[in-house]
Amino acid sequence: MIDKRLPDIEAALAGIADGATVMIGGFGGAGQPAELIDALIAQGARELTIVNNNAGNGETGLAALLKAGRVKKIICSFPRQVDSQVFDALYRAGRIELELVPQGNLAERIRAAGAGIGGFFTPTGYGTELATGKETRVIDGRGYVLESPIDADVALIKAERGDRWGNLVYRKTARNFGPLMAMAAQLTIASVHEFVELGELDPEAIVTPGLFVQRVVKVKR
Amino acid sequence: MKRLSRDQMAARVAQDIPDGSVVNLGIGLPTLVANHLPAEREVLLHSENGLLGMGPAPAPGAEDGDLINAGKQPVTLQLGGAYFHSADSFAMMRGGHLDICVLGAFQVAANGDLANWHTGAPDAIPAVGGAMDLAIGAKRTFVMMEHLTKSGESKIVPACTYPLTAPCCVSRIYTDLAVFDITAAGVKLVEACTGLSLAELQAVTAVPLIA
Repeated sequence: MIDKRLPDIEAALAGIADGATVMIGGFGGAGQPAELIDALIAQGARELTIVNNNAGNGETGLAALLKAGRVKKIICSFPRQVDSQVFDALYRAGRIELELVPQGNLAERIRAAGAGIGGFFTPTGYGTELATGKETRVIDGRGYVLESPIDADVALIKAERGDRWGNLVYRKTARNFGPLMAMAAQLTIASVHEFVELGELDPEAIVTPGLFVQRVVKVKR
Repeated sequence: MKRLSRDQMAARVAQDIPDGSVVNLGIGLPTLVANHLPAEREVLLHSENGLLGMGPAPAPGAEDGDLINAGKQPVTLQLGGAYFHSADSFAMMRGGHLDICVLGAFQVAANGDLANWHTGAPDAIPAVGGAMDLAIGAKRTFVMMEHLTKSGESKIVPACTYPLTAPCCVSRIYTDLAVFDITAAGVKLVEACTGLSLAELQAVTAVPLIA
């Protein structure tokens, strides 16, 4: 029998190694798996490379992981925000490495890893400093930049409902990077607010099919 | 010099957004355009974090942390609206499915080069978000900005001195003084919004203007 549900969040986070690349879902607070991040802080893995759209807001969630000194590098599109003071201080002190990626390239690089694509040519970033050092090509008169996939050891994502096979549905704009990261990581850990029986999720509406998910844990809303 | 207010600028941009278009409004000044779209005009607003058919801000107390816009402010969804993941959201841009995007800018060059993501200052923390994808993706890229910097320099320039967001992507510029089109021949005056003459506009613009 397949049962990816785990009884508690500590069990769900077991085995994340120092030096791991960890994708974390969310756009700002929407879709950020705050409980999983708190559990990752407690779990203790260090020297992490984090992939997220942002670089933490306020003092909780991803910002708390940064503040705890667990992150050596972050790959993101929009680190600087009004409440990104934790990242800002680490960056200015030279204590965190930043790889800045245009948001659509970030999404597509994650998708490419999950889809087995070895790289892709995108017009985004062509002719800018973010394409420095990258292969370019003119196709049908338009300039493109070769971008590589981003894969990960672990993805921490937040969904709304899931079943024991790991099928997931999300809620509103909390979906964002979750379905992509689930595809791109060796170990995808999803938090849900509700466990449902097999068959209760409409098969026409399942957003992440269960094969992309290895562990599911229920958290309070 | 008489200038349009931010709301007057937004109303001027809104005039040029046709019924039935799919539009992305950038963070900041462009967001105001939504307040000036006439109710009888059906315009689909796209937000890069994964929604199409974005509605206005919710009533106080009805905010939902799972329903936000690209500026991370609470919003609503129109009837018929849809949610999707980030790769689909950027496919909508990159794939040329948006009719118009409206972006703020630090500088626009006479050839349509756009600089709006980074000042390049050594102590600045760069953040690009979806700006590069939007600039190259939409069928038409409108820029909405003050005509002059705070220190009185033209933001329409012969060549951008700030790092580029994308080359040759801007089609039209709305400032607090005038509307311009980027054409193969140069920057063409479309409308002087506050009644300035071509010569008066030329005096505050760092590139030659075409009547």
